[in-house]
Amino acid sequence: MSQAEAAPVGAVTVDSVPVRKRIWTLGLFRSELVTTFRRWRTLALLAVLAGVPILVGIAVKIETSGDSPAAGGGGGGPAFIAQITNNGLFLVFTALAATLPFFLPMAVGVVAGDAIAGEASAGTLRYLLVAPAGRTRLLLTKYAATMTFCLVATLVVAATALATGALLFPLGDVVTISGTRIGFGEGLVRALLIALVVAASLVGIAALGLFVSTLTNSGIAAMATTVGLLITVQILDQIPQLHAIQPYLFSHRWLSFADLMREPVYWDDLVKNLGLQGLYAAVFGSAAWARFTAKDITA
Amino acid sequence: MAPYESETAGRRKATRYVVPVAVVGVAAATIGLVPALADSGNPDLPKLSAQQLIEKIAKSDVQQMSGTVKISTDLGLPSLGGAAGAFTPGGGGPSGSADGKGGSSADPQSKLMELASGTHTLRVATDGPDRQKLSVLDSAAEYSVIHNGDEVWAYDSASNEAYHAKNAKDAGAARDRAEKQGRDKRETRDGVPATPKQLADEVLKASGKTTSISVEGTAQVAGRDAYKLLVKPKQAGSTVGGITISVDAKTGLPLKFTLAPAGGGKAVVDAGFTTVDFSKPAASTFDFTPPKGAKVTEGDDHKAPGMSHDKSHAPKDLPKGMRKDMPKDMPKELRAGQGGGGLNDLKVLGEGWTSVAELKLPGGHGLPTGGSGSGSGDVPPEAQKFMNALGDHVKGKFGSGTVFSTRLVNALVTDDGKVYVGAVTKDALVKAANAAH
Repeated sequence: MSQAEAAPVGAVTVDSVPVRKRIWTLGLFRSELVTTFRRWRTLALLAVLAGVPILVGIAVKIETSGDSPAAGGGGGGPAFIAQITNNGLFLVFTALAATLPFFLPMAVGVVAGDAIAGEASAGTLRYLLVAPAGRTRLLLTKYAATMTFCLVATLVVAATALATGALLFPLGDVVTISGTRIGFGEGLVRALLIALVVAASLVGIAALGLFVSTLTNSGIAAMATTVGLLITVQILDQIPQLHAIQPYLFSHRWLSFADLMREPVYWDDLVKNLGLQGLYAAVFGSAAWARFTAKDITA
Repeated sequence: MAPYESETAGRRKATRYVVPVAVVGVAAATIGLVPALADSGNPDLPKLSAQQLIEKIAKSDVQQMSGTVKISTDLGLPSLGGAAGAFTPGGGGPSGSADGKGGSSADPQSKLMELASGTHTLRVATDGPDRQKLSVLDSAAEYSVIHNGDEVWAYDSASNEAYHAKNAKDAGAARDRAEKQGRDKRETRDGVPATPKQLADEVLKASGKTTSISVEGTAQVAGRDAYKLLVKPKQAGSTVGGITISVDAKTGLPLKFTLAPAGGGKAVVDAGFTTVDFSKPAASTFDFTPPKGAKVTEGDDHKAPGMSHDKSHAPKDLPKGMRKDMPKDMPKELRAGQGGGGLNDLKVLGEGWTSVAELKLPGGHGLPTGGSGSGSGDVPPEAQKFMNALGDHVKGKFGSGTVFSTRLVNALVTDDGKVYVGAVTKDALVKAANAAH
């Protein structure tokens, strides 16, 4: 979804504007991407994310290289970890299950929180607005860049996990969690689908972070608030007494991506998750728009 | 800036926030309205009498179907989720620790005990008498029981462990017999009614004294039109308020089962299809070879039939089985779970809905072990006090004792080590105990 959305955001605004402007919009998006991905901070985040599957892979390898390769940890640990030794592809799922609750959204929170507030605190925001871009388009560009980061971050985790898994463990037919068997090729397709769903699961927090980012002129404050909100929501999601509100927390159905590994795929939670992310994107995206277009830019 | 200007500007700024608020409002309205709209349609179906509906159920011969089932159980017990797994292998089962194999998490018994509390999503698939599959959907994991021909597999994807029972042909056959004809196991087994009509007569006659059976309108279940069959105890003193079974109008397959307590409130058991599909499930659904490296526990042959029959059968049947005998079965199952192996001298007092089981605890005074099954016997007085605090003290002709209550089942443990259990109110329980004394 994120990929699908990242491109159209450019495209949607585009249809009605002249060609010259369209090129210019894409140019803004491109330069935004370049700025985002050239930052040392972004690269460090991606490196940390890439490190997780490598660490998990090595840990599982060391753990099972001893006398009992079959024992699967008795069901503890992140989802799918028991199957890794038999099929390296499962490292992709395990790595995503391990990074989705915290590492991935934290990275997204940092990037999203920095989007507007970072420019403001660096004093570059007003120069961006001096160009005839319009605040709405700038905001859309920022959001598109953040969502591209969601996708890239997820794919970095998945690709590293796949490479690590292929190096350390055998690959082959995949046994779904329903106990049926699918070929390795279809397994790869599922892995890609899962990565896309995981990226789409981050759309909500990206919008939230962007909204927070429009509230303040301090990049650090925006990042800290976003990550703080993430932690708060994760904690709320664990308290059984709050089960009435939990279905509406953006992190509640994150793990539903695992439903893609059922046979047949169980769509209910997946659809609910994507719908919820869309709702968060709509609410906080429009709130960010309301705030940003009405804000006095002083820095 | 003139004050007027800044005021309009301010207002214009404020109006922008209408957009996110409107989005929230629309979303809330959608979330609130859509289920209400979906519920509103009570389909128009030709009127049926209870007799005709039971005939329809009995005639139903659904060979191929698959679907998703949601089961919510609220027995008013503390959550069994973790605890059940902890005490079943040791206390509960025939396959338990006796041969030291109780540890496998793929053992159907420990897993399916978890269904006794909370909400669970299950998937079922059936293709003829030889192939069935039941899966319990967990978060990022799944537990499947697969019956294909003469093999029964259970696979726990969370721990990558499998359980295998072979030569379960008898079990399979017995199960299928029960399943096909089997809305009412008891009648079938007593070897009787040949036609659905006879069966319906039989059911109504047998239940006439104690139970009222009626058709209570229609409903939509899993997108299908269904009749609602209401089964109600006539006897006073039962904790069962009523059992509603929604029966698919086309196929006669029971789609939803709701057990409401007499005391009102949320249903004790609510099990029903959320989606159902009567086309042939993909053949690959029933194929299972354990993944490389999976730990496989072999079930003993003589044990397998019992296991595959009782355990994997029970939950699968729950939503579709029309269980008049449910309330009677229920305490039995609870007893099996809780009481462990130490039950003896089981007597049943009374009949129908208000029947009460009487049994003796091993060793006379066993109050604290009544619940846990693995009792070591000697319990510190504090614990004893605590246990007593959980129940109500009652006195009667039988002496004195403690009543432990759940929403459905009450148990009276007397001081001389007798236990009376039944799906009846406290008063009825005391009366039964008095009468028995």
